[in-house]
Amino acid sequence: MIDYLALLSICVGLFFFVAGSVGLLRLPDLFSRLHALSKADNVGLAFIVLGVATLDGDPVNIVKMIIIWLLIMAASSVSSHLIARHALRRRKDNE
Amino acid sequence: MNEWLFLAFDLFLLFVLVGIAWLTCSTREIRRAVSLFVAFGLVLAVIWARLKAPDLALAEAVIGAGISGALLLSAMGDYRQQQDAAHENARLAVWAINGLVIVLFVALIWGLWHALERSDGVRLAENALAATSQSGVSNPVTAVLLNFRAYDTLLELAVVFTSVLAVLALGPKRQFTHEVASMQHSMVGWLAPVLIIVSGYLLWVGAHAPGGAFQAGSMLAAAFILMQMSGVHIDKMVGVTNLRWSMVVGIAVFTMVGLAMLKLDNGFLFYRNELAKTLIIVVETAATFSIAVALTLAYLGGRPEGWEQKRASSKTESSEESAS
Repeated sequence: MIDYLALLSICVGLFFFVAGSVGLLRLPDLFSRLHALSKADNVGLAFIVLGVATLDGDPVNIVKMIIIWLLIMAASSVSSHLIARHALRRRKDNE
Repeated sequence: MNEWLFLAFDLFLLFVLVGIAWLTCSTREIRRAVSLFVAFGLVLAVIWARLKAPDLALAEAVIGAGISGALLLSAMGDYRQQQDAAHENARLAVWAINGLVIVLFVALIWGLWHALERSDGVRLAENALAATSQSGVSNPVTAVLLNFRAYDTLLELAVVFTSVLAVLALGPKRQFTHEVASMQHSMVGWLAPVLIIVSGYLLWVGAHAPGGAFQAGSMLAAAFILMQMSGVHIDKMVGVTNLRWSMVVGIAVFTMVGLAMLKLDNGFLFYRNELAKTLIIVVETAATFSIAVALTLAYLGGRPEGWEQKRASSKTESSEESAS
């Protein structure tokens, strides 16, 4: 039962990753693509970490996975911010 | 069922790897090639993990995706706008490279087929696994790298050192005068200590789990490069001369340990069983520090100060001598 819940969680996470990648390919602007990528990927990762942590069970590994998830969220937010900042500056310089 | 899933996953990884490699070599834009190369490193790390080589996966993830990405992106910044002017010999060079790659590919396939089908099944790894219990550590990879084949690791450190010397000779120091975003600066304020702690963990855990000196050293280098990019100027805080001397520490400690073992009538880098654990810890710590500083210097670049003035003054001296 727990295994099926974990599998469902991982599938939901995969769906979010696919949605983020579709957004990366289909959205028109750099900023909307950044928005889709960072939000969808972080939520997808959260669901995958939930599923894998449930399957694993060892508390030390669960803590490690949660720390990894928090670090990836921080890194992806800051790097999206930097990319957007650079693009905004370049757009302002071109005007 | 499980086997088919794993086979599908392996084939998927294989096709993604070859596809990314093809795209990396065939794109016209440098930026796209660099991003694809970083993605290639990531897929390669997953493949190493799938081949049950977690030490290699860790090293590939940190060095291939992290440090190589930083080096390539900063080199791309120096590249500026250079038109893709096709030289006259470009086509010949392309054919020569293609020919060499095909030869290498055939040789690798032959070697792999030989190893899998024609060999008698005796592997050196079995001897290494059997002797790991006496080597002072319980991770067989660390035992091989730092005890059984410590001489090879010493030479690897020398190779890293030499390559960084070559990079340092290439040009002036990279300037970091751009304005740093406050968000990046504040994130690095708490991220860099976390990275340093993780690198220390990787160094310590290498004794009994995947990890080790190269992984810890490259993660420490990533922390230093991140700090340098975010307004914490290490080269000014510590001094470039001190950084260059710290690069030598790893090789120096390793060689001195080897010579000490020679003096104790064992042989160069032949550890005694009871001393092995301590010696491995000492050597690994020095190697970690040295690798971290070497990779950071490869990113920073920089000929020694006063090189241009010395060269200019020696030129004027020689021209004055020849004139008089």
